[in-house]
Amino acid sequence: MARRVSDARWLVRLLADPGAAREVGDWTSPIALARAESLAGSLAWRIEGQALGPRVEAVLEAARRDGEAARVQALWEAEMARRALAPLGVPIILLKGTAYAAAGLEAGRGRSIGDLDILVPRAALPDVERALLAAGWEWVKEDNYDDLYYRRWMHELPPLIHRERDRMIDVHHAILPLTARPKPDMAAMIADRVPLEDGLFVLSPPDMIVHAAAHLFADGDLAGGLRNLWDIDRLLREFSERDAAFWPALRDRAARHGLVPAVGRAVRLAHHLYGTPVNWCQTPISRPLDSKEPVGSKIGVRHRLTILDFFFRRRLLARDGWGRARRPLTRLAFYVRSHGLRMPPLMLARHLWVKARRR
Amino acid sequence: MNHVFRLQVGPVAFRIGSQWRRPVEQLRRLYAGYPEPDGLCDFTVRLEAERVWRRWLRPSVAIRGDYVLPDAAPLPLAQGLLAAEMGMNLQMALGQKSFLLLHAASVERDGRALLMTGHSGAGKSTLGALLGERGWRFMGDEFALLGLDDGLLHPFPRAVSLKNESLGLFDGVDRGRLGPVLAGTPKGLIRHLRPNAEAVARMGEPARPALILFPRFGRDLEPAVREVGAAEAFMRLTQASTNYVALGERGFDALTRFVGALPSRAIDYADTAQAEALVDSLWPGA
Amino acid sequence: MAASLYAADPPETLRIVELEGLTLLYHRRSGLTHFLAPPAPQILEALAAGPAGAAGIAASIGERFEIESEDPAAAIAARLAELEAAGLVWRT
Repeated sequence: MARRVSDARWLVRLLADPGAAREVGDWTSPIALARAESLAGSLAWRIEGQALGPRVEAVLEAARRDGEAARVQALWEAEMARRALAPLGVPIILLKGTAYAAAGLEAGRGRSIGDLDILVPRAALPDVERALLAAGWEWVKEDNYDDLYYRRWMHELPPLIHRERDRMIDVHHAILPLTARPKPDMAAMIADRVPLEDGLFVLSPPDMIVHAAAHLFADGDLAGGLRNLWDIDRLLREFSERDAAFWPALRDRAARHGLVPAVGRAVRLAHHLYGTPVNWCQTPISRPLDSKEPVGSKIGVRHRLTILDFFFRRRLLARDGWGRARRPLTRLAFYVRSHGLRMPPLMLARHLWVKARRR
Repeated sequence: MNHVFRLQVGPVAFRIGSQWRRPVEQLRRLYAGYPEPDGLCDFTVRLEAERVWRRWLRPSVAIRGDYVLPDAAPLPLAQGLLAAEMGMNLQMALGQKSFLLLHAASVERDGRALLMTGHSGAGKSTLGALLGERGWRFMGDEFALLGLDDGLLHPFPRAVSLKNESLGLFDGVDRGRLGPVLAGTPKGLIRHLRPNAEAVARMGEPARPALILFPRFGRDLEPAVREVGAAEAFMRLTQASTNYVALGERGFDALTRFVGALPSRAIDYADTAQAEALVDSLWPGA
Repeated sequence: MAASLYAADPPETLRIVELEGLTLLYHRRSGLTHFLAPPAPQILEALAAGPAGAAGIAASIGERFEIESEDPAAAIAARLAELEAAGLVWRT
């Protein structure tokens, strides 16, 4: 039975249940959707080996190769940063896509990877900056306002680009802007880092989820959210299979970083969209932050989406079979929201004023 | 999308959606006789209004699709056909990963292909189209597709975009093959030409490459031929490829084999008659 | 100060094609293609045996080739710096 594929729900279904691939008649829309959401490589791996016909197979094969090229390039950037920073003796913690690829995690499979994101202790920033500039990285743009804005309020250096390899690096010293309300415990995050073979580090499994969730909701306008949520699904499955004590550890970590709401929402949405198995008894995924109830009660209602969850879900699925973003009003609301989350209102007004004047 | 056109060009299928009827009607006329894709379309192109009201008010066409350039300027609706062509080019340039994509024209004779590449303005496109009217089989004027495994050149015979003075060279062709005159485009006057019936009928037939030419056009140039070494040819072809780096080792293998096995020549010419004579003199077995 | 020792990726991770006296090298680890002129390919060959310093590399190349320089070790050191910037060798 060939079925019409018309919106992002289908992409989500194919990722969650690869067997559904046999129901797809025309692959044009799923491919366009997957490309628009930067999930083409992930999808291609997910539905590998299903004999979907030579034309479909050729497109999927190209997407898998693209993912492999992205992996090689990302790991090489990480290695070049490692070589540039090695003399400093500072721990370099890889974040996001590069971290998943370097740690050999399922989430890194076929994933598109953009800039190199690294986390270093805040005290090391000046040395890191100097070493990168000496090794061929340059500021993307010389602009006093942005520079000052980044240094005062953001959780990262202004972006740098390598003049030969043309690749960007984002150097973080925190996972959220300093203006955001939650104040993650960066010292604990850095202390719990996990070493890789080559001298680089990644975050501990619970911290990796906390960062992915914080990144999903508190950073950006939720664009690319389906991909970020797919990361979370893959990570949760892999970590919880590997370690029976993972869920309680995640709960403790989310609480320590003040990010229980974000982690809870990410887990609920991953469960609802991708069918991520969740150990309800051990994780307060829909418990209000200030709930006095003991963890583990009210099994059965915990996985329900809240009203706000529905808006997020709607926003995540706001794309049609042509790869077009739909519901521009939802998007605008989320754009304003993403700014609101990062900055207190007065500062936001100042920021928008400066941006507007510069147009 | 309101108006949809699906197009097969060589091994690549496109789905083009438009908010306006006119660009799709023009595409349908220009590509009359091309096969309809059988199933999956490799790439989606969208022609849509940049802002909702710009669909009606001074309509301007934003070029979108699977792969986009964030700073691509929109075109007026009168140039919608050009927007569609640019949209397809963009998908190929950014999204094609099944072949080594060379910014080059190619033609075939006796089962062997001639590849011509150079900077824009070097005349490769005009030369390719012209040879396609003079006994060669036209394989493409913009992109040549080098097979990663078979080492063959695969045809990609899209409509030729004739610019300004080169239009006059095609006065003799059947008027039915010409698209509308597009005036005032970023590249001046443009008119599209549908490749001839043979080029369309044989779009599924690859050819073994036999010669690489780097033409250079200039009104003051003396006709000249220079041998190009394999190393220089390699360097110039990586610069002419949009996906060489993305293909990794497969691209490296395909391209080193390609330049290692073929003669390469740079030619200078001042008019197309000279160019044709040079091509004939260099064509192996001519 | 002790002279730096340099290391290179093992030869099986490099694809090498000779084109007219130039060496075309595909570096699998980075996915990058490099054009190398002598003595760069010879330096990489010498490092296949294990990490070495500029003087050691100069001596090992000197056994098989004439190095046209009054100070072979300095000439090799200059090439090593270029190879390091390209990511093909690194200091151990």
